[in-house]
Amino acid sequence: MMEWLNTIIQGVLLGGLYAMFAAGLALIFGVMRLVNIAHGDLIVLAAFVALVVVEALSVNPLTSLLVVVPLMAGLGYALQRLLLNRTLGDDLLPPLLVTFGLSVIIQNALLELFTADSRKLNAGQIEIASLHIGGGLAVGVLPLIQFALAVMVIAGLQWLFYRTALGRAFRATSDDQPVAQLMGLNNAHIFALAMALSLAVVAVAGVLLAVRANFDPSIGPARLIFGFEAVIIGGLGSMWGTLAGGVIIGVAQAVGAKLDPGWNLLAGHIAFLIVLALRPEGLFPKVQG
Amino acid sequence: MTATVQSSNRFSRIGFAIFSGALVALALAPWWADRAELRLLSEIYAYVALASLWNLLAGYAGLVSVGQHAYVGLGAYGLFALAMLAGMHPLVAIPVAGLAAAAVSVPVALLIFRLRGHYFAIGTWVVAEVFRLSAAQVSALDGGSGTSLPSAIVLSIAGSRQLREFIIYWIAFALAVAVLGTVFVLLRSRYGLALTAIRDNELGARSNGVDVRRIKYVVYIAVAFGTAMVGALIFLQKIRISPDTAFSVNDWTAFVIFITVIGGIGRIEGPIIGTVVFFLLRQTLADLGAIYLLILGVAAIVVMLKAPKGLWGLVADRYGWQIFPLERRLIIDPGGAATPAAPR
Repeated sequence: MMEWLNTIIQGVLLGGLYAMFAAGLALIFGVMRLVNIAHGDLIVLAAFVALVVVEALSVNPLTSLLVVVPLMAGLGYALQRLLLNRTLGDDLLPPLLVTFGLSVIIQNALLELFTADSRKLNAGQIEIASLHIGGGLAVGVLPLIQFALAVMVIAGLQWLFYRTALGRAFRATSDDQPVAQLMGLNNAHIFALAMALSLAVVAVAGVLLAVRANFDPSIGPARLIFGFEAVIIGGLGSMWGTLAGGVIIGVAQAVGAKLDPGWNLLAGHIAFLIVLALRPEGLFPKVQG
Repeated sequence: MTATVQSSNRFSRIGFAIFSGALVALALAPWWADRAELRLLSEIYAYVALASLWNLLAGYAGLVSVGQHAYVGLGAYGLFALAMLAGMHPLVAIPVAGLAAAAVSVPVALLIFRLRGHYFAIGTWVVAEVFRLSAAQVSALDGGSGTSLPSAIVLSIAGSRQLREFIIYWIAFALAVAVLGTVFVLLRSRYGLALTAIRDNELGARSNGVDVRRIKYVVYIAVAFGTAMVGALIFLQKIRISPDTAFSVNDWTAFVIFITVIGGIGRIEGPIIGTVVFFLLRQTLADLGAIYLLILGVAAIVVMLKAPKGLWGLVADRYGWQIFPLERRLIIDPGGAATPAAPR
């Protein structure tokens, strides 16, 4: 019994990471109806950027966020302004193909620069610290920090969307682009800010991923799929929904892995397919896709 | 005043004649090509077939799937399972594996057609992941590490190595021609008119009485059937299979999409041109390793942004070229008497 409780707690904490993969994806879909196929590869890119920063400045991975987040946000702004804005329109093929192309480019560039070797960031003592929460259960401090960060990021996005002028601009362009433009908003700039914000979240997710597990240039697409599943389970357009979705995928994977190590990832995907079959609009739907 | 519909023009008659001549030459390739060339040609046929099928799915039916590697892998694993576990002759197993994959695609379609647009695209990818991870669980086919076809099964195709290679070459050739021919006949039929209407404006097609949903289902299942047969053949030639190679998103989806877009999506000639460009690039840049894939990604992005109709679209629109007579041109004769469709 305690063993199962432990499994579920680990799953919930892992779900925080998946929610962060999902939040960046949900953000840009909400604002400009763009699904970024390179999202997972950008997470891996952020992990490699953190690797370089950690090695160059010999700082703790969590401190490296101070450099990685602004770098990735800048990259996001430039990417949207120079490339992705040209793909937006009624046709869904151009953004899909261009981000697919980006995905292949990032993967192979990382392969060329860093080889296919597996890497990991070392966060030091904190990695092995744990909290005893009674009943013989212990929770790692690092997973707890990661989950708390995920909740903070999602709460922050929620606040930004509904309580700030920038959030109002995001929602306005999301509802009606031409009218938003008539009201004096520069859509190209707003979209670029949304992508910058998305990649800032990606940066946090990438660093947490790099501390938690091994990574190499090829693991991006699987991260995209976990994030995507969390978005759909949560319901399009709902930030807190992505957290619920991430937790469901995380718990399903942890329970699957406990039953049989080969079932780890499969169980997460099957949980997604079940939700899709029973409740295709997701658990907390807000907008129609 | 009478009107007739004309679908061929001078270019399509010349183009089709050249194309037919090339087909005859390629059918006779075992008499003029060496082993390496035959192998390369078979690979080219496989990509022409895969890209033409994806073109039908995405370019005409508007189903932008990024998970067609699901069916390449299913067909391949179907072939290995039928040949190794059920003792079926491998050449018989190719169409049977195709049918099995088509049967699997029915419930898959019911599920993922609930997702729209971009989400449909990634949903197809999730399905492919599920198949890949499931294949890794099949211990009878050595799970994640993969397996090879026993030599007894390989020998059952033909005793001599040369004859075996010829047979596989001709099947690859026949599959590519059959896919192109089916797509061509389909597009010439009234379903082709409906598909072209969906391609140009889905809402307009629906309001003119096209049963868009049914057509999409039929196309999705038919494309799964064809894709799985191509997958089965590719891995019959490779002899070795593993979940990661059979369900490779790069090999069977990303490259196929890049080929179609570079050649020209929504045109039957596009995938052929795209495949030729892809293999030209590959043969010249193969030494560069990862850089070559990087260049391919850049090329696809540039074509999508600068020439969204692809390389073939660029020349076809400019000079009125077409190889396959698919254009429908209304010829109005104010004279009154009915006239046969004559060249302009």
